[in-house]
Amino acid sequence: MTPVRRKRLIIVVVIVAGVAMAAALGLQAFRKNLLYYFTPVQVAAGDAHVGQHFRMGGLVAMGSVQRSPGSMTVHFTLTDMQKSVPVVYTGILPDLFREGQGIVVYGTLDKQGLFVAQQVLAKHDAKYMPPEVAAAIKKAKAAQQAQIAAKGAS
Amino acid sequence: MFIWFHKLASPPYFYKFAGMLAPWLGWLSLFVIAAGLYGGLWLAPPDYQQGDGFRIIYVHVPSAWMSMLVYMVMAVAAAIGLIWRMKLAHAVSAAAAPLGASFTFIALVTGSLWGKPMWGTYWVWDARLTSELILLFLYVGYMALNHAFEDRRTGDRASAILALVGIVNIPIIHYSVKWWNTLHQGPTVFFGPRAEMPPSMYIPLFIMIIGFMVYFAAFILKRLQVEVLQRERNTAWVRALVAKS
Repeated sequence: MTPVRRKRLIIVVVIVAGVAMAAALGLQAFRKNLLYYFTPVQVAAGDAHVGQHFRMGGLVAMGSVQRSPGSMTVHFTLTDMQKSVPVVYTGILPDLFREGQGIVVYGTLDKQGLFVAQQVLAKHDAKYMPPEVAAAIKKAKAAQQAQIAAKGAS
Repeated sequence: MFIWFHKLASPPYFYKFAGMLAPWLGWLSLFVIAAGLYGGLWLAPPDYQQGDGFRIIYVHVPSAWMSMLVYMVMAVAAAIGLIWRMKLAHAVSAAAAPLGASFTFIALVTGSLWGKPMWGTYWVWDARLTSELILLFLYVGYMALNHAFEDRRTGDRASAILALVGIVNIPIIHYSVKWWNTLHQGPTVFFGPRAEMPPSMYIPLFIMIIGFMVYFAAFILKRLQVEVLQRERNTAWVRALVAKS
């Protein structure tokens, strides 16, 4: 490699390394702001402020969804398996909203600790499978649980 | 082998070589993409959660994949052009940019159309979506800067530096779903005991990705032919070529 080319190569490497470092430091500094949502644990720890709009992500707790008859209002609990936060929302829910589903809610936390959501977004996981497989897994799980229950009873 | 490679870098030889190869690759890509679409839209089973809606993955993922791959091609060519002052390298970057921008645009639009029914929104400012949008701006910025100068060589060098600087965005896009909480889901595991997608779904997906790559190869060769003609328009071989046709 000629000296001129070597010099140019060094310049290119320095540019890329410099920008990469600047980007890494910048992203590190903005870490908190880049989080798209808080988890219930972070909310419980006081990372999110009461009265301010923020997003909270987690799973819809099993058996927690309650629809008020005659209105579009839904009550449910959002959990990350450690902490849970009760949520109320009025409006149309996305197709993937169901118990056990990961969702992101946008709204405010009131003084009683109830999250008043203005928007509900469903997160979908990276899993894809045919419906027959999903049904078979569900069936196998149910059978397993029935077996455990039978053992406990005897 | 090295001699052949050296010969390939000479514009007149490359022009002929690209003209020969491009049509074959073009037809091949049509065939592969048709096979992938048939596999994805007819043979693959519907998803347990998303039903038939998930099938947009067969366009979304290959184009998102290509948007990053093309950028890497562009940036590496830009670096080669800067260091070795190779004529063809800058032409590769310039030819790749509009293709990469198109792939990025398709990825953003299909993602948006997918997001509305599944997430409940067309667009959110999460790390994955935002960094992919920045990628589109990088491509557009590259194209604008490349053509902003009277002298093509000045434009080549200025835009090559932009392409190099922008490469930091590629790992950010790729790891955004791991580093931050995003609405966009994480990467799907395809193989091994913890696989998250059955072969009946991922085989068409991989066929589509290969199809998109062949398509890119065909069209970058075509675009490179145009680039080479424009850049070499004052040379004897281009004049001879024009005179002949």
